[in-house]
Amino acid sequence: MTRILFEKVDDAVYISHLDLMRLFQRALARAGIPIRHSQGFNQRPSVSIALPLSLGVASHCELLDFALDGQQISDAEIQRRLNAKLVPGIRVLEAYTPVRKPKEIALLDCELRMEYDHGLPEGAAGALGALFSRAELVLEKRGKSGIVQQDIRPMLRRLEISGQGSELLLRARVCAQNPTLNPAQLIAAIAAYAPQYRPDFTAITRLEIYDESENIFR
Amino acid sequence: MTDLLHRILPTVQKPARYTGGEYNEIRKEPSEVRVNVAFCFPDTYEIGMSNLGMRILYGVMNAMEGVWCQRVFAPWGDMEQAMREHALPLWALESGRPVREFDMIAFTIGYEMCYSNILNMLSLAGVPLRSEERMGLRNIVFAGGVCAFNPEPLAPFIDFFSLGEGEEITVEIVRLYDRAKAEDWSKEQFLLAVSKIPGVYVPSFYEHIYNDDGTLRSVIAKNGAPARITKRIVENLDEAYFPTKMIVPSTEIVHDRANLEVFRGCIRGCRFCQAGFSCRPVRKKSPQVLYRQAIETLSDSGCNEITVSSLSTSDYKGLKELTDALIPYCEAEKINLSVPSLRADNFSRELMEKLQTVRKSGLTFAPEAGTQRLRDVINKNLREEEILNTCAQAFAGGWSSVKLYFMLGLPTETDEDVLGIAELVYKVIRSWKENASNKKRALRVHVATAYFVPKPHTPFQWERQITQAEYLRRCRLLKEHLYSKSIEYNYHESNLSELEAVFARGDRRLAPVIELAVKNGARLDGWDEYFRYDVWRDAFDKLGIDPRFYTTRGYGEEELLPWDGIDVGVSKSFLLAERHRAYENRLTPDCRHGCAGCGANRLLKEVRCDD
Repeated sequence: MTRILFEKVDDAVYISHLDLMRLFQRALARAGIPIRHSQGFNQRPSVSIALPLSLGVASHCELLDFALDGQQISDAEIQRRLNAKLVPGIRVLEAYTPVRKPKEIALLDCELRMEYDHGLPEGAAGALGALFSRAELVLEKRGKSGIVQQDIRPMLRRLEISGQGSELLLRARVCAQNPTLNPAQLIAAIAAYAPQYRPDFTAITRLEIYDESENIFR
Repeated sequence: MTDLLHRILPTVQKPARYTGGEYNEIRKEPSEVRVNVAFCFPDTYEIGMSNLGMRILYGVMNAMEGVWCQRVFAPWGDMEQAMREHALPLWALESGRPVREFDMIAFTIGYEMCYSNILNMLSLAGVPLRSEERMGLRNIVFAGGVCAFNPEPLAPFIDFFSLGEGEEITVEIVRLYDRAKAEDWSKEQFLLAVSKIPGVYVPSFYEHIYNDDGTLRSVIAKNGAPARITKRIVENLDEAYFPTKMIVPSTEIVHDRANLEVFRGCIRGCRFCQAGFSCRPVRKKSPQVLYRQAIETLSDSGCNEITVSSLSTSDYKGLKELTDALIPYCEAEKINLSVPSLRADNFSRELMEKLQTVRKSGLTFAPEAGTQRLRDVINKNLREEEILNTCAQAFAGGWSSVKLYFMLGLPTETDEDVLGIAELVYKVIRSWKENASNKKRALRVHVATAYFVPKPHTPFQWERQITQAEYLRRCRLLKEHLYSKSIEYNYHESNLSELEAVFARGDRRLAPVIELAVKNGARLDGWDEYFRYDVWRDAFDKLGIDPRFYTTRGYGEEELLPWDGIDVGVSKSFLLAERHRAYENRLTPDCRHGCAGCGANRLLKEVRCDD
């Protein structure tokens, strides 16, 4: 098994999860890296990506697993060949043999860059800091069985806010899976409980992933 | 701060189609570019990126030094709305630069129902719609593609049309523009010079005069423009440019695979088929060249699927040699090889068996008509026995899905012919009952009927289209006779096919209709979600134009036709003779059983037709 750590930034953030898998299947073929195929009638090169990223979100810590088919290629060579055949915005940072399973990923750090077109509202950083320090933050969530109430506060482990110019930078450590806190829900919480501080646009980036003990996951 | 486009992108469906940045996209250093071409496809990214013609011409233009050809597609409705709300002008994918800043704006037009998209894209770009409103050399708008064989409805909007295959003529056009720009010519000077390139049609150089009954009386050529323009072809396809470094889309498109064109033209001569006549003469590529290009394209793109394409692939003389070479390669590399457009002959059946080892899809037939009599009228050389024999073998081999395509409203069609479709469908069902090796997998027969649209440059170019009411009556009649649970019956939208018929054989008086309809919101007409027949009806009513003049009236054999000035190779006298043979139920054998003398071989100087 081979795992690659890659980043997905710039315009590549608009490539959906399914399209990204297809993109890697083709990039691996272009790079002359034969990989094992799925079984069944319509055989496809088998790749899996941990923690599907929402459309529009950038990341510096994506993981993709596949198994080489036949020939052995060194990790450094895999990284070199793939980077020569990928598209702008997607770059392999490291290739290696994984020892841990993606289901051990528990937490992730994200950064929300919030843009205020008419300048930063006064006291925004303090007010939002207070908002996210509440004991409970209940949001409406559209689930399979209609709209449900969900308290996102327990899924929020750490949060810091800083202001610069007309932007606020919000960094948070949140639950990555079981249950998942989608970083966009932090903006939804602002819209629900502090609408006067709602940004005009937010750019979200996934920074790092961790296991339950808050050690970096690879 | 995030720019406008990047604030809009997260809010629209499938944003990856608006960003460019795909593998093999061509970027150039702007300071080294003298001619910027915005190559517009008048439909969405998913459709346009599937188009082989666009892939070819993108490569051809970008192979030119000092020329940068960039892609532009029609935005989906949600993106268009956002663009209009925020005054974001239409841009090209490669550089993000607004289309209105480009030297040349090119369109490739393959379907009449995208005419509204052409005008809407110009409008979104902020480029004036009419040629006469665009002054100077910037924003020269030209167009090619199969619809350019009757370009009249678009005459006032497009500065000039490029007729036929674009590999060579496009280079000549762009080179001339390069010179014109360097020497600071006026637009008039450029149009005059470009009209001298064989295959270029400048509509503003022709005056159309009409009779009192509305038919065309005469066409007067001005400025020394030729009375007749002959389309261009590439004689030697082996030496022609082929894009082995295809752009690999980062998001799924309609035909998400490599495409290998094996030959151009068609030997069959189905009398309704525009491509079958207007793409003649027949020229093929050699299996050796095709094999090399297939391997190059597949290894460069990383695609795991390739399709062999042409108008009738069974008629490609090198098919056995090509597939014998490709099948082992594709099996070893786990690449899916698809060979559509096969006829029901023995070799094709064997080939289908072999292809099955890679992937198994359904059987598809296009008998087009339900009775042998009507199939003879349209010169569709497909006999009922062939269909049933192929079905019997396929059912025995475990297949259980069949698609059958027909047209309603063909010349001389009666209710007997309509019911003949139902009879044929039942024979297919009976064949399944008698031959199916696995009856547990239920049989599915998909039957689809299209509303016959008479097209220019075919033997049926003079025919009437039946009325919508009559078409729908025939659909209902057929539906009443298709009552098995195994059958799924679909018929084409009648409103859309009526408009298609209007514009296919239209003249320049229709231009204001398109203009008004687009102003009132017509666009993406090929998409059910957006097609609005009422907008088009309103435009016809307001301008006092009766669509029936172009559809149910039919055109007289003596009449001067709006597209008579365009020579696609096949002669008008041949088309007329074919029309008369149709009414006598007489077949015309395919080109390999004796040349029927269509006239297209006149276009060849170096090679012989179908050699």
